[in-house]
Amino acid sequence: MKNATVIIAAFLCGLIFGFGVLISGMANPAKVLSFFDVAGGWDPSLALVMASALAVTFLGYRLVLHRTHPVLTTDYVLPGATDVDGRLLFGAAVFGIGWGLGGLCPGPALSALIDGGQSVATFVFAMLTGVAVAKFVGRSNPPIAASHEQNA
Amino acid sequence: MTATPFTPIEALIGGTLIGLSAVLIMLLLGRIMGISGIIGGLFDARSPSEYSWRVPFLVGVVIAPIGFAFATGQPPVITASPDVMLMAIAGVLVGYGATTGSGCTSGHGVCGLARFSRRSVAAVAVFMTAAFATVYVIRHVV
Repeated sequence: MKNATVIIAAFLCGLIFGFGVLISGMANPAKVLSFFDVAGGWDPSLALVMASALAVTFLGYRLVLHRTHPVLTTDYVLPGATDVDGRLLFGAAVFGIGWGLGGLCPGPALSALIDGGQSVATFVFAMLTGVAVAKFVGRSNPPIAASHEQNA
Repeated sequence: MTATPFTPIEALIGGTLIGLSAVLIMLLLGRIMGISGIIGGLFDARSPSEYSWRVPFLVGVVIAPIGFAFATGQPPVITASPDVMLMAIAGVLVGYGATTGSGCTSGHGVCGLARFSRRSVAAVAVFMTAAFATVYVIRHVV
């Protein structure tokens, strides 16, 4: 998995994702927080973003996963874990609190970086630090990090 | 920050593009499009060959606003809290939480739900509830 086609394909997919979060407004913290503010002037846009992204992915996966292997690589790497454990729920809760505080989740934060000024730059740097810390802590608890690709 | 207007057309176009990216990543590379997982892999030296798609994907995500500005004639509107300390705390929680919880909005919320993953259903329920509760407390209680 080391050729120019893979690099170009991955880059274009990143661009498409970035356009998606920018057009939808998910990269704008003010809009995300308006969605979460049900008791204020609620902006339901993000529900449509997630619903349409999910619908396209659901239909697309049904077609794609019938193939014996991906177009550019030899195998599908899918998460195998099925247990809903405390670590999953704890991490999700911490992530949700951060998302509600800052109005940014990981992908949109990256697409907001160039135009987001000092606040978003600070958020992204802090987020990368948080990922690194979690990776480091996870490594000292080997039973959980059994696979190199356990992320959902 | 005041309420933002409901923009259903932009939401549907944007969501469709996000889904398209997830499907293409699976079709072409056989991988889950989970941003926190893709970032996390950069801190994981166990499989360096994974860098060959993670890095260009993330570069695309970061420079997308340049293409957006070129196509629409104006940069995207990004209105974040000016409180840098708040944004720093939020960033740490998002990075640490998403990695510990094995995924974020894209990995669990889009790809995981599309696969009917029980873990993703649980994670999405928890992180959406936590985000709604946090905004309620910040805006209507504190």
